[in-house]
Amino acid sequence: MNAPVPAGVPILRLGNVLVTGLLDELDDKTARAFTDELTERIATEGPAGVLIDISRLEIIDSFVARTLSELTTTARLLGARVVVAGMRPPVAITLVELGLALEGVETALTAERGMQALGWYHGSQPPERGTR
Amino acid sequence: MVSVSEAAVRDHLTSVLADRDEEIADRWVQLQIEQGAVGSSISETELRGEADALIAALRAGLESDLPVARVVTSHEDLRAAVTDFSLQRARLGTAPTVTSLAVLSLKEALLESVQRRVADTDELLAVALTVNRLLDAAGALSFDIYVTGREEIISRQSRQLMELSTPVVQLWRHVLAVPLIGTLDTTRTQVVMENLLQAIQTHEAQVAIIDITGVAAVDTSVAQHLMQTVNAVRLMGADCVISGIRPAIAQTIAQLGIDLSTILTRTTLADALAAAVRITDAPGVSGDQAAAR
Repeated sequence: MNAPVPAGVPILRLGNVLVTGLLDELDDKTARAFTDELTERIATEGPAGVLIDISRLEIIDSFVARTLSELTTTARLLGARVVVAGMRPPVAITLVELGLALEGVETALTAERGMQALGWYHGSQPPERGTR
Repeated sequence: MVSVSEAAVRDHLTSVLADRDEEIADRWVQLQIEQGAVGSSISETELRGEADALIAALRAGLESDLPVARVVTSHEDLRAAVTDFSLQRARLGTAPTVTSLAVLSLKEALLESVQRRVADTDELLAVALTVNRLLDAAGALSFDIYVTGREEIISRQSRQLMELSTPVVQLWRHVLAVPLIGTLDTTRTQVVMENLLQAIQTHEAQVAIIDITGVAAVDTSVAQHLMQTVNAVRLMGADCVISGIRPAIAQTIAQLGIDLSTILTRTTLADALAAAVRITDAPGVSGDQAAAR
């Protein structure tokens, strides 16, 4: 079984950034497959950054939290920055209460902000600094 | 043990309460003032009003056909009168024992009047016993109601405090601030965190300033709660600045060995705002680089 199992989560390439998102009902197998596929893509395509949008996730358990942490470390080893974007307030509270602060994982409020943080701007002009 | 019938005793009592109500009320008010039970919070006229109401209710209770043991708790008017009396005292902040004692001192006033009217020793004893049973029950009830009334006041106040104490304000574009006042316990932290994270989402805030100028003391648990909030804010993708750390608090934190080194801290809210504006000017993601600035 060398071929990666289709994860059901699209991974898009926008410039030098890989964009993907997690959907609810993420079971262990899907998460595993997703990590494998993403790692593979990072290794072959060598993007500068990876954006993972989690605004659809209503629950993050310790497994998903660990997956995100590991993914960040893996990507860093392969030379890409990972930004996790769009965490919902209740999810943040739950994670903190579980003591899973996702150390070392970069976060952004929205996917747009995350892209900005990865140096990817909308349109041809760079963003006006601090005026938005 | 006592040969006098209950009906006769109740008869004696009701007639005493009917004929000599003025005298009893006067004496009771006088006794309460002597005991110093009321302080300056209630005027004599108010006391007198209370006394009249309670004595009338007591008579109504005795005239009903309820057994003596249950008359205080079951007779509606009497129960209501005792309830009013106790709640009034609870609101004025009188001590609970003093309130109960005030009810019990009615015993003395009542017995003095009974003594003048009933000559026979056996009868007097029977009446005294009944009076005791009645007013002991009233005293216990008043204590109970007093405590319930106080608890209501306390829970209402803590609710109000909770509502008052957690405003999230926008200080600048993409900069929010939460001034914390009072003590930080788990419940408060929870409310602050929920409000703050929600506001971060709605305002698309980049920086949240937690101002602890109004926090009385910082111990390990408060620090723990602060860290939790900061971590939750970071997970949302915003940065957190803690401001208003007074010298004494800084010393405490250092002495307790609490590690706040990962959090950006500033002395005043103004400094924190300046830092926040600098962060929002430089587009970046939350976390280590921002905190290192």
